[in-house]
Amino acid sequence: MNPLPEGWELVVGLEVHVELSTASKMWCGCSTEFGGEPNTNVCPVCTGQPGALPVANARAVHDAILLGLALDGTIAPRCRFHRKNYFYPDLAKNYQISQYDVPLVSDGHLDVELEVDGRREVRRVGIERLHMEEDTGKSVHLGATGRLHGADRSLIDYNRSGVPLLEIVSRPDVRDPETAQAYLRELQGIVRSLEVSDARMEEGSIRCDANVSVRRHGEPLGTRCEIKNLNSVRSLGRAIRAEAERQVALIEAGGEVVMETRHWDEEAGVTRTLRRKETVTDYRYFPDPDLVELVTTPERIAEVRAELPELPSATRARLVAAGAAPDQANALVTGGLVEVLDAAVADGAPTASAVNWLVGDVTGRLSALGLEIGASGLTGAHLAALIGLVEAGTLSTAMARQVLDVLLEERGTRGPSDIARERGLEQVSDAGALEGVVAAVVADDPASVAAVRAGNERAIGALMGKVMRETGGRADPRVVNELLRAAIAATEDDA
Amino acid sequence: MSLDEAEVRHVARLARLALPDEEIAALAPQLSAILAYAEQVREVAADEVEPTTHPLGLTDVLRADVRTPSTERDAILAGAPDPEEGRFAVPRIVDDETGGAS
Amino acid sequence: MSALVGATAVELAGRMARGETSAREVVDAHLDAIEAHDATLGAFLAVTGESARAHADDVDRRRRGGEALGPLAGVPLALKDVLTMRGAPTTCGSRMLEGWVPPYDSTVVERLRAADVVILGKTNMDEFAMGSSTENSAFHPTRNPWDLERVPGGSSGGSAAAVAAGLAPLAIGTDTGGSIRQPAAFCGIVGGKPTYGTVSRHGLVAFASSLDQAGPLAGTVEDTALLHAVIAGHDPRDSTSNPDDPADVVERLTDGVSGLTVGVVRELSGEGYEPGVAAAFAGALERLERLGARIEEVSLPHAPYGLPAYYLVAPSEASSNLARFDGVRYGLRVDAPTAEEMNAATRAAGFGPEVRRRIMIGTHALSSGYYDAYYLQASRVRTLIARDFAAAFERIDVLVSPTAPTVAFPLGDKASDPLAMYLNDVATVPASLAGVPALSVPAGLAEPVGGGDPLPVGLQLMAALGRDDLAYRVAWAFEQDLAFDRHPRGARAMAVGS
Ligand SMILES: [Mg+2]
Ligand SMILES: [Zn+2]
Repeated sequence: MNPLPEGWELVVGLEVHVELSTASKMWCGCSTEFGGEPNTNVCPVCTGQPGALPVANARAVHDAILLGLALDGTIAPRCRFHRKNYFYPDLAKNYQISQYDVPLVSDGHLDVELEVDGRREVRRVGIERLHMEEDTGKSVHLGATGRLHGADRSLIDYNRSGVPLLEIVSRPDVRDPETAQAYLRELQGIVRSLEVSDARMEEGSIRCDANVSVRRHGEPLGTRCEIKNLNSVRSLGRAIRAEAERQVALIEAGGEVVMETRHWDEEAGVTRTLRRKETVTDYRYFPDPDLVELVTTPERIAEVRAELPELPSATRARLVAAGAAPDQANALVTGGLVEVLDAAVADGAPTASAVNWLVGDVTGRLSALGLEIGASGLTGAHLAALIGLVEAGTLSTAMARQVLDVLLEERGTRGPSDIARERGLEQVSDAGALEGVVAAVVADDPASVAAVRAGNERAIGALMGKVMRETGGRADPRVVNELLRAAIAATEDDA
Repeated sequence: MSLDEAEVRHVARLARLALPDEEIAALAPQLSAILAYAEQVREVAADEVEPTTHPLGLTDVLRADVRTPSTERDAILAGAPDPEEGRFAVPRIVDDETGGAS
Repeated sequence: MSALVGATAVELAGRMARGETSAREVVDAHLDAIEAHDATLGAFLAVTGESARAHADDVDRRRRGGEALGPLAGVPLALKDVLTMRGAPTTCGSRMLEGWVPPYDSTVVERLRAADVVILGKTNMDEFAMGSSTENSAFHPTRNPWDLERVPGGSSGGSAAAVAAGLAPLAIGTDTGGSIRQPAAFCGIVGGKPTYGTVSRHGLVAFASSLDQAGPLAGTVEDTALLHAVIAGHDPRDSTSNPDDPADVVERLTDGVSGLTVGVVRELSGEGYEPGVAAAFAGALERLERLGARIEEVSLPHAPYGLPAYYLVAPSEASSNLARFDGVRYGLRVDAPTAEEMNAATRAAGFGPEVRRRIMIGTHALSSGYYDAYYLQASRVRTLIARDFAAAFERIDVLVSPTAPTVAFPLGDKASDPLAMYLNDVATVPASLAGVPALSVPAGLAEPVGGGDPLPVGLQLMAALGRDDLAYRVAWAFEQDLAFDRHPRGARAMAVGS
């Protein structure tokens, strides 16, 4: 929704960097693993030692084509790597290998769905280009603040240097913060469904910068500012809104927006000048003479296209058609729960209850445990079994929740039946097993029995409670109810 | 084409070379002479010609996505002017925009 | 015992194989010669005596054990200090890398070791291979064994001088615009730039990546060919390495020139070439004709634009390749309060004047507003030059020219005029831009302009991409007939072996 005053329009373009989850780096065999001891995943190539040469990772090229096709882009039949020359200590060669005039992918688009005034609406965001490049090392800034400002010195770790990156540049098609957020979420979902990246913002494996400008309706594009340091989908939305408001206020006060890079201050909720772009940086791009051309034939494209899995938008549509509410479908896709759902249904679980369990109890528990579904150990077979136990009356819903707790705690090392049996959680529905308890409770509480007989239906609750207490909560309430009524009726006959 | 001192200074900044004024002054005519010579390439009508950046025209040289052992950290840091805590230390970085990939 | 020092690699290998001498004796003799003479010559930046002796002993042990060894096993070699080798410093002739010991071996070194060629040490060079006289070394100049007051050529001047003086029978150089061929010519020895992509650049500290090739230098064509065969071959660690099998330069080396067509490149002789050089070249053409080659004049119409194109392409690539020398990860650091100032001060102090100059040219040529007119246009001219070669090689087997327009010039002669120095590469640069193989083989002696003892002149032989074998074949026949005495002589010469 346009957050700006009447007459103003917001224009946003997004630049997303995705780190590919290949086993090895873009140009060398070093591991891409996140979070190792500093400078342990390094070699002559990724530390820019004299004489070291890059050799492109085939998997990274494949993944880039795959994502390009998922975004409905055009794959360049021939393209090259270029050097982007600039000096920075985290850049081991003082140039970044990237692509320039011909990106691997161009002219794609991404459809995002969002709720507008209670209705779901689809917005198309154009993708200008997707190109391949490499990540830089990381700096730790030492000094009073821990931030770059005020640091005395910096320490460089090249573990991340040379990790394959895809840069995805959208067209300035975004008109409100919600669409920007939906775009980022959708891209995250696609990248995950393709399994080319884990796309974790908190680990920096997906990063987003926003180019924000404002204009009065019908006017040409305004001067844009590039907003950096957006560490979550939420901060992307907040930052765009704050920046747009700043620009409108500035122009309305007679000022002028200056082209610059701005830093989002999450705590203060404002953007701040990082550096003015007085002159555009001269990167002196030229074709990297250490690398050769990439040729992608139509046959190769067809081959990669055949690998495309169901994309999130298609999955959502399928789920809605199967009876899930749009919100549920969204939650399933975003939570990466579709695979488990499909497996559970294949194992005989009714779609509706499987969806309910996943969106409700499972999601809640995973987030409380800080677990991804993949790491939780919960499988579709587990879920189907759990639902089956409830439907057969073996477990009450409350018991099933307890079983789920244990299952997740144990990361799925045992199935629901084993857990229920071991914990003595199976519901007792066998009338023969419950008759004795019921008889004792009835004999023990003539007052309640009399009350029921007198027509006070509520009194049966007290008797039920006693039976449940006696059975440790395992008695099937339906059976107990029947037995109680039968026993009360029998005392009447006696009387 | 001749380069004046201001242009030479600009190029030195791009090349990250701290050149003293005398060298800037000396370089201006030298670079101008070399460029004037090199500019002969512009006499050739070549607008329609594909540039050559690699003599053999190889394409698609790729490696399988396989991990190979990394180099021992000590070996990589052995040549570092200022190693610290397993990292490469540098004095205060002033330009705070260009860190990280963009 | 006849001298070990000054003998060819083939002679030494034969004597070792026959048990007349050992690798250890051969290596010791050369280390002794280096010890005795290199203070005068200045060919080496580092001598790796300990590892050389250990390797020689190992070769001898394995030979005694009956192991089949390669044709150059135990033969000593001088390695240009631009190739990495574990355990020894690699300086590239620069203060920037003084004391840097690389954490890995170049492929060239791996292949030499696998062939049991014994590395004696690292040779002097123009800083980062930029120059044509070896005077741009940050450490000391190298002298020409034929005239100690003259340059050995460059940038592989240390390698060429070491071979010419007999301090090593074999050497490795690198050639970006003539840096193997021109010093070979100046020092009266053989040097070859293989087809681009034949020898891996992995571990070759880059000057201009699309032009750089390591190659062999030796006293004879046969030695040069054998060494070429050792270092040639595909390397998956270099994306620009040719995956096809390299030409076999040894098999038909001695087949002669009869029936081959030799093309004389019209644009690479005449004006600008010293009379002595022109005379030696004319003599070489007569000799080739007498040997049975058909001689034709050929035009490479864009060759005159080779040097201008080269002096845009090579510095452009160099400006980016040398950006990594910034005081952060290795080599020199000049302290300063900020990282940016530290980078700039380090680079100004660590690079010599010629390197700074080329970085400046290249940075300018790539910069916004100039890229199209300079780098891009030069890359297009490169295509036209490559097409000229391809057209010529449709009917010509080998193209010839003088290797350099002059003989070795006096030390200091061109030091103050960069452009005059660049012009010395005029004949070698076209083959570099096209990537085609080219050799320089001695074509006799010529009196230098201004007088003095006669100095060597080189004949350049160029062949089609991947046809290194043809250049070697013509060079061998020419060498056999000329019977050039490669041992330096004259009033100001330093001859070690003869
Ligand atoms: Mg980028
Ligand atoms: Zn690496």
